[in-house]
Amino acid sequence: MSLMQNVAISVTEEQGMLLDVARGFVRDQAPIDAIRSQLETDTGFDPAIWQAMVDMGWAGIALPDSVGGAGMGVGSAIPVFEALGGGLLGTPLLSTTLAGQLVWRAAGESAAEWLGRLSGGMVGTVALLDHADWGAANMGVTLDAAGKLVGSKHFVADAGVAESFVVVASEAGMPALALVDRSAIEDDAISDNVLIDLTKRAANVDFTGVMPAQVLRGEAVASALRDTLLLGALLTAAETTGAAGKCLASITDYLKTRKQFGKLIGSYQALKHPTVDIYVGMENARSFIYHGATVVGDEPLSIDAEIACRMAKVAADDVMVFAGDRSVQFHGGFGFTWECDSTLFIRRAQWAQQMYGGAIHHRKRLATLLLDT
Amino acid sequence: MSDNKAALSAFREEVAAWMAENVPADPGFLLPLTFLEVGTEQQLDFLREWQHKLWSAGYLGMHWPTEFGGQGADPAYQYVVDKELGKHRAPIIFNTIGLNWVGPLLLDMGTHEEKAKYIKNILSGDEIWCQGFSEPDHGSDLGAVQTRAVREGDDYVVNGSKIWTTLGNYADHMILLARTNPQAERKYDGLSFFLSPMKIDGVEAHPIRKVTGEYGFNQTFFTDARIPASCLMGEDGGGWRVAMKTLEYERGVTAGQASGYWGVTVQVDDMIEELAKFEHDGEPLLSDPIVRDDLVGFIMESKALTLCGRRMAVPALNSDYPMGLALSVKYRGTEFERRMKQYTASKQGAQSALYVGDADAVSGGFWQRAYFSNFGATIGGGTTQVQANIIAEHVLGLPK
Repeated sequence: MSLMQNVAISVTEEQGMLLDVARGFVRDQAPIDAIRSQLETDTGFDPAIWQAMVDMGWAGIALPDSVGGAGMGVGSAIPVFEALGGGLLGTPLLSTTLAGQLVWRAAGESAAEWLGRLSGGMVGTVALLDHADWGAANMGVTLDAAGKLVGSKHFVADAGVAESFVVVASEAGMPALALVDRSAIEDDAISDNVLIDLTKRAANVDFTGVMPAQVLRGEAVASALRDTLLLGALLTAAETTGAAGKCLASITDYLKTRKQFGKLIGSYQALKHPTVDIYVGMENARSFIYHGATVVGDEPLSIDAEIACRMAKVAADDVMVFAGDRSVQFHGGFGFTWECDSTLFIRRAQWAQQMYGGAIHHRKRLATLLLDT
Repeated sequence: MSDNKAALSAFREEVAAWMAENVPADPGFLLPLTFLEVGTEQQLDFLREWQHKLWSAGYLGMHWPTEFGGQGADPAYQYVVDKELGKHRAPIIFNTIGLNWVGPLLLDMGTHEEKAKYIKNILSGDEIWCQGFSEPDHGSDLGAVQTRAVREGDDYVVNGSKIWTTLGNYADHMILLARTNPQAERKYDGLSFFLSPMKIDGVEAHPIRKVTGEYGFNQTFFTDARIPASCLMGEDGGGWRVAMKTLEYERGVTAGQASGYWGVTVQVDDMIEELAKFEHDGEPLLSDPIVRDDLVGFIMESKALTLCGRRMAVPALNSDYPMGLALSVKYRGTEFERRMKQYTASKQGAQSALYVGDADAVSGGFWQRAYFSNFGATIGGGTTQVQANIIAEHVLGLPK
């Protein structure tokens, strides 16, 4: 078997348009000053921006039209997230998209009402992690005999603004998904995390004693969960790749204008060549995310799709960590200041590299997928 | 399946069947891994005969005009032939400088007369081409070329020396970059480009031995060599532009090559297949977690190269850096292969230390030899470091 079997990469006309539209939106509505103005607010985003995104149909971008989504396939979320990453625009779109994927894949059209609300702008999020390990089973929260939840989830993305939580739980040893309305949770059950990336928000949530609005059970739950974790890796990779592209542009801008020893610093190969490696790494990551966009679909993910999601995450993490790190260094003393956007990039890099599993997590699984078949 | 696809697929079957019958058996002597290492008359005769056979069968220059000996088909057909050559582990198609650089250059910028004179013999292998760009003191810095060509009547008189002249001792012609006007204000404007004969008085090629132990390179000396003025390609003083166009073909930035099969190709699958034969601490090498992680890295890199190549055909994903993917092909690909070969050569336990000629060497010492040979790719045609400068300046817009 050739290891290179699936190398499909294409962009639909709709995806190409989405990329242009989303990039234009970020440029016009979310310039870096607007991003900076939200860094230390409670929610981290401007509600008007979120509403504009909902109005464009992005809350349901990855969902089928039968449940109120855009009906363009999950791959269509890639250009949107790449563009958002390029602007370091947080918002709860990633959380909402993944919550939608998890519920849709687990319950299909039987969850049409909930998914319809989500597509209409209800903020959703997946409460997954029992603690720090993305590779763990994360079945520590249980449903008791009375149908109430027992236990806490950690690092729940956008928990502070979520209107509905999809809690990964276990019921008699089987995985189940508990849909929990925000109104069912006491305010003091949510304790905010201090995140390294100030464009993002997360919190620990104690679900003990909470009665879910609905529980999704059955065989589809486990495979939906697996696929959602993979899509989480892919969408994070798309966002990270966009950020890496923006970081690269900010480095090259500085290298073209900053002079030292009478020369533009971009003429020094010690700066030039690593910058080329950032460029090459970014292009690699970009190829992987759009390969991912080409091979993922609404059906359960294939082996090829799994490989694509994992490779995309590894490639995007690698380049973003390198780019963020070098961005601070290449900007010199200024790079070390809060005022320099390198601050935002290096923080995004450190946040993104762990989301949905870091490089080692995925490389270990890729070794099995690629070498043991 | 569209008509095109069906036709292409039928062609692939036809070529595969031909190759199964016609790819020559192991001749019993060492064949060069790439066109850069043709070192003996025996190798030359063998490879020339093989190229002639492939061309006679109608499988070389697939997309070159029939008028000049090509097949007048779509470039996809040449791609199919090259792929099948690799699959059948055929001997290389050695007249590379003619097939991949000079041929496309002439078809692009040459006169009708030049095309008629040279193209067919490039394809048939009857005339071998070499390249006279680099000089002992000017490798990567091509604009500084010092070899002089002075117009005297109907001739130019050439003096100087070129180096790394692959196939120079066998070649019939050279694409020669020489300085015709040392007084030009810009050094680039003093250069001219010649389609220069090699088998004339005053031209001597001295073979140079390489790190692989083999030959293939030469230093070429010009001592009052008289070449007809008609050998000038383009304008006197217009050589730089022609040379730059040549490099586009050489580096694969521009398509039009008659055969990309200039060296024995190695895929990541070959590497893994080879490494699967070894043990480490009494366990299969491929069960070692460090090796496994390394291999994941190689597989990803290989896949990234393929995906980036395919992405060039997706306009929506090329607008940020329009020439970026094309200009980074050589930078990425040649370094990747070097590392892959070094890795495979070094994971064979004590056998890693064996070289071509030892009966116990793994695959006849293929990986050790291929690793060394690969420096021809990371240095020739502009070193990796020069490629990085090119990407930095032409793709990212960084200052010189």
